[in-house]
Amino acid sequence: MERIIFYALALIMIASALASVMSRRMLRSVIYLLFVLCGVAGVYFMMDYNFLGAIQLTIYAGGIIVLIIFSVLLVHHIEMRMEIAKTSKLLFTGLACALGMAVFLSVIYSYEFEVTGQSSGTEVIDIGEKLLDYGEGGFILPFEVISVLLLAAMVGAIVIAKGTALAENKNENT
Amino acid sequence: MIEGISIYELLTVSTILFFIGVYGFITRKNLISVLISVELILNGAAVNFVVINKYLYPEVLQGMIFSIFIIAVAAAETALAISIIINLYRKISSVEVKEVETMKN
Repeated sequence: MERIIFYALALIMIASALASVMSRRMLRSVIYLLFVLCGVAGVYFMMDYNFLGAIQLTIYAGGIIVLIIFSVLLVHHIEMRMEIAKTSKLLFTGLACALGMAVFLSVIYSYEFEVTGQSSGTEVIDIGEKLLDYGEGGFILPFEVISVLLLAAMVGAIVIAKGTALAENKNENT
Repeated sequence: MIEGISIYELLTVSTILFFIGVYGFITRKNLISVLISVELILNGAAVNFVVINKYLYPEVLQGMIFSIFIIAVAAAETALAISIIINLYRKISSVEVKEVETMKN
C-alpha cells in the first residue's frame, strides 16, 4: 500500500515539476508548483514527520504560493504567453542537466547506505526543545539568527516595495 | 522510514526535482519563473535532508531542523524577491530577465 502511494506521489511530483518549468502560461506554472509542494508534504507525512509536513503545507502551499500568485496577477496579463528560449539552448541545457543528474544518481547508487531499521515518530515537543536548547548540539543560535533574518527581510521588503513613495513623502514633509 | 521504500528511491526523486529546478532556472526568461525554479531546487534539497535524517540517523533531529530553517529562509527570500520584482515592474513595466539589464546604471 505504501509503495503505491509513494509511487503515485513521486509521479505527480515529477510530472508537475516538469510541467511547471515548461508551461508557457504563468499562472498554470504556479499551480503546478503547488502540486509539487503538496507532494513533498505528502512524502513528509509518509515519513512520520507530521510537524514538518504541516509546516510545508502552511508556509509553502499556503504562504509562498499565494505571494507568487499575487505578484503574477499584479505584473502579468493572464492570457499572455511567455516567450521561450531558443531550441538549441533548451536542448543544451536539458543535456547538461541530464548529465549532472546521471552523475548524481551514479554516486548515490554506488554508495552503500547503512540504513537503521528502527524508527520512532517525532513529537513536536522534541523539536521545540531542540530548537531552544543552548547546550551541546542545540539550535538556539540559528533559531535567533533566523528570527532576526525574517525581521530584516520583512523590513527590507517593505522599504523596497514602497521605496520611491516613502522618499517622496519625506521630501514633501521637509 | 516508509515501509517497502528504500532510501535510493527517495534520493532519486529529490535529485530529479533538483535538476528540473536547475533546468528551469537556466531556460526561463521571466523573473517570477526563475523564482519558481528556485523553490523547486530548495525543495529538492530539503527532501534530501529529511530523508537522510530519517533513514540513517532516526534518533536525532538535525536534518529536520535544517529543513525547517530552509523553509524559513525560502519564505524570507520569496517575500524580498517579490517586492523587488514589483518595484522593477513599476519602473520598467517588465519582468523579463533581459530587460532588467537596463537597471544597471
